[in-house]
Amino acid sequence: MPIVLKSKEEIALMREAGRAVAQVLEILRKEIKPGLVGKKLDDIVRREFARRQVTPTFLGYQGYPARVCVSVNDEVVHGIPNSRPVQDGDVVSIDLGATYKGFVGDAAITVCVGQVSPAAARLVQITEEALWEGIRAARAGSRLGQVSAAVQAHAEQNGFSVVREYVGHGIGREMHEEPQVPNFGRPEQGPLLQKGMVLAIEPMVTAGDWRTKRDSDNWTVRTLDGSLAAHFEHTIAITEDEAEVLTLP
Amino acid sequence: MAKKEAIEVEGVVKEALPNAMFRVDLPNGHQVLAHASGKIRLHFIRILPGDRVLVELSPYDLTRGRITYRFR
Repeated sequence: MPIVLKSKEEIALMREAGRAVAQVLEILRKEIKPGLVGKKLDDIVRREFARRQVTPTFLGYQGYPARVCVSVNDEVVHGIPNSRPVQDGDVVSIDLGATYKGFVGDAAITVCVGQVSPAAARLVQITEEALWEGIRAARAGSRLGQVSAAVQAHAEQNGFSVVREYVGHGIGREMHEEPQVPNFGRPEQGPLLQKGMVLAIEPMVTAGDWRTKRDSDNWTVRTLDGSLAAHFEHTIAITEDEAEVLTLP
Repeated sequence: MAKKEAIEVEGVVKEALPNAMFRVDLPNGHQVLAHASGKIRLHFIRILPGDRVLVELSPYDLTRGRITYRFR
């Protein structure tokens, strides 16, 4: 499968999808406090997506049973919203995708609940910074590997690890398109970035080892060593200059 | 939502190198340097340029892999 380039008009639709994702993520961020259950977030997404006339991309994707992924503490990604209340000190990642007129926007944030440990707060901060390092490295004429290497360098220089078994991705009419966007690698690797490519960059960073395992629900991915994980994601469009972030409110 | 990385991919052998190493073209346009797995060496399975093979990619280095199967 080749990398699909998007026209200006298609990117405009993806901007709308991305805007809905970002706006609803902000609503969810404000909801997260001790005692909240993940299922509540799913209900909010249903309501807010209906209001914005976008459809939840995750629901039914390869059988995924919810509209949003809620991954707590050592859960890295793909946590299914459940009825366990979040607690003071938890680190909660929420990952959300919306489809608007056939095009997908995909983004994730990690939220600190109440008072978290300084180590956890630092992990979350470094992960978000790593995402922006990646976005800064993404422009036409660069190699995809420069994005991967920038993310990896920022995480590892701060003593953290990047997950290798899950990667970011091209995005468009499908949520997962070519190319894979790893959070590790060398700058000379990967395809050259061109104007019109749209990528979801999503560092998954752990405080311990990068290895992961999957729960028996076949979705929830957690760190093998039980260490904390954080996850941030934006959908971006490659331009000749700085990449445009499509998942902004 | 993150994509599960393809650990095993199908490729086409481009060039046979010394020491049971091969240059393999992958469908995503990447090229990897792959060595033959122990099983393939043990059973003396010949791998020639043009063969379709299954390559297991290394999570450490995206340009390296091992050939685990030759399709006939």
